[in-house]
Amino acid sequence: MADAAKSGGRASVGRAGVGRPGVVWALPGALFFVFFAVAPMVLVGALAFTDWDGIGTPSWTGMSNWSRLWDDPETHQAIWLSLILTVLTWVFQTPLALLLGVWAAGRQRNRAVLSAIFFLPLLGSSVALALVWKSLLDPNFGLIADIGPALGFADGDLLGSSKGAFGAILFVTAWQFIPLHTLIYQGGARAIPRSLYDAAAIDGAGTVRQFFSITLPQLRNTIVTSSVIMVVGALTFFDTVLILTKGGPGTDTTIVPYLMYKNGFQAFDLGYASAVATILVVVATTVSLLLVRLTGFAAMRSTREGM
Amino acid sequence: MRIPRSRSTLRASTLAAAVLLVGTALAGCGSGGPGGSDDGSLDVWVYQDASTKVQREVVKRFNETSGIKVKLTQVPGEGYSDKMRTSMGTPNAPDVFFNWGGGSISDFVKKDMLLDLDPAMAKDAGLKKAFIPTILDAGAIDGKHYGIPMRGMQPVILFYNKDVFEDAGARPPKSWDDLLKLIDTFKGKGVAPFALAGTDAWTELMWVEYLVDRYGGAGVFQKVQSQSMAAWDDPAVLKAAQTVRDLVGRGAFGKNYKSVNYTADGASTLFAKGKAAMHLMGSWEYANQKANQPAFAKSGLGWTTFPAVPGGSGDPKSVVGNPTNYWSVNAKVKGDKQKAAIEFVKFAAKQDYSKDLIANGDVPTTSDATSLLAEHENPDYARFQYDMVKQAPDFTLSWDQALPAKYTPPLHTAVQKLFNGQLSPAGFVDVLKGM
Repeated sequence: MADAAKSGGRASVGRAGVGRPGVVWALPGALFFVFFAVAPMVLVGALAFTDWDGIGTPSWTGMSNWSRLWDDPETHQAIWLSLILTVLTWVFQTPLALLLGVWAAGRQRNRAVLSAIFFLPLLGSSVALALVWKSLLDPNFGLIADIGPALGFADGDLLGSSKGAFGAILFVTAWQFIPLHTLIYQGGARAIPRSLYDAAAIDGAGTVRQFFSITLPQLRNTIVTSSVIMVVGALTFFDTVLILTKGGPGTDTTIVPYLMYKNGFQAFDLGYASAVATILVVVATTVSLLLVRLTGFAAMRSTREGM
Repeated sequence: MRIPRSRSTLRASTLAAAVLLVGTALAGCGSGGPGGSDDGSLDVWVYQDASTKVQREVVKRFNETSGIKVKLTQVPGEGYSDKMRTSMGTPNAPDVFFNWGGGSISDFVKKDMLLDLDPAMAKDAGLKKAFIPTILDAGAIDGKHYGIPMRGMQPVILFYNKDVFEDAGARPPKSWDDLLKLIDTFKGKGVAPFALAGTDAWTELMWVEYLVDRYGGAGVFQKVQSQSMAAWDDPAVLKAAQTVRDLVGRGAFGKNYKSVNYTADGASTLFAKGKAAMHLMGSWEYANQKANQPAFAKSGLGWTTFPAVPGGSGDPKSVVGNPTNYWSVNAKVKGDKQKAAIEFVKFAAKQDYSKDLIANGDVPTTSDATSLLAEHENPDYARFQYDMVKQAPDFTLSWDQALPAKYTPPLHTAVQKLFNGQLSPAGFVDVLKGM
């Protein structure tokens, strides 16, 4: 066993590649990647410079989709809304998920049961969950009709007001995704060696001090991972918006992915929708790369320094 | 590569085999779908719903008499438009297919993908006469007919709740003044005068369509459709938009119409439960109520026409909505198959077919259906609807169906913003002109 592991790893370099997997082995994966990821992306990039209604051949229009993008107030609003949604999502979800994750990493039995219940939203499909929330938020027949007034929506018309609808999306997505991130943080927190806490306790550090001096720094890489997932997820968020608000009232919850859907599959304006999609790809990639770079995650600096 | 040669060839050949396998599997997807029909049969696509059984019956009857058989593909409703659009122009396209006329096929017409049915109608004078002319024409593009009506008519009707009206001692509105007075009456009773599903912009669009028609006549939209978006600059459009704002301001739609839906039965339930007195909706509202609130559909549901507006020049007999659905024939179908396809679509003009439609609760669009209407489960409703459409000088196809698909989202957004107060009437006209 040890030998096999050795020959598959870096140790085999000196032995003229005996048992080293050839490039050919990467081919199936690479082919799939090219067919189903790279090629579509290149095609979308190309389509963004055409006018195409889904039938016949696309006609080349140069920069016209892009100049339209530049001038279209609906697009500006969508980009702005997407950015706000992303930032607020991170601001709300990260601290909550982090605290819950650290808490859930404890070992008492009641925690296990409680966290199992807490993780339930993870099991439902987004669409089904959004439908449930939609009926809860129905101003005439839903729960919101009764509790709306207490929240400041006298008619229970939460989804009919711009701020209310945006807030509802923020809340429903948080409710749905905080458990996922909690799970990630739970895993991260459980990997922190017990001995660190023991040493801190001997030095007289309390729970709060232990959290800020041990838990948080040790979770640095976990935070980056969770944040990248969260930010890219928020930028590409779609199904809840489709079901809960259809981008409304008016266009006040039309975030970029929904705008892309509207242009692509309702208007069949696939050229313009491709331009919107390209923006999304570029922004999401840039943001996640930046996150990784700025936090030093790429260098994989050890969180175990000094141990 | 540093792998010994013999092994590398072995691996390469395994891999090649795998690639081949995947390749054939993918190719199989391409040719295995419906269509391609090299077996000489006709591929017919229909939108799948409760009415599909009428089309299944006609296919059975047709196949008994014809050498070229019809193969019916029932496409699930949700994705019908997408599927039709992506298949046209590929070898998988259907030979004959269900559509909504107007904008749903105008792009195909532009690319010469559909068969002009006028020669067939010229050859068979009975075929053209078989249908109510306004309905046949509503599916025409640039004066040419590409569709044969094949389902029931769907005019937009002003429904009212008889019980709520009785409680308030009110009568259905005959004039615009009546309608405005009714708004105050019902508001006083704590009932929303009109149910409105504001989440779905097409429900709000029905109001704008009727108002524009009543203010300026059917010509206003015809001009937009045949000329350009600049034709929205008609005083009737601005007047209609101002009237919408006025109605909203008076509380005609209650307070929380913005988050009421139609598809999940929000507006219809409000209406049936007496929380709203009236509902402007397509004729399918009847079938919908019958399915969800049968008692109300039977005894509580009333119907009337949309009233005239003061100073309006449109004919109050005109109707908006969806005249019907149509069969269209793919231009690629030639020779004997083309003949068979035309024979097939002609079946929709036969009385057997109309009878099946009536048995299904639909009101046929054939011009001689009057005698059949008594067999409808609600003959009064069927007759009202049939006469309303037959006497209408114009039947305006819903704007979002009549215009090419690319105008639908901006139109819906503009209408919704007008109702929400996010756009002024003048701003609304500007947005439409700029589409």
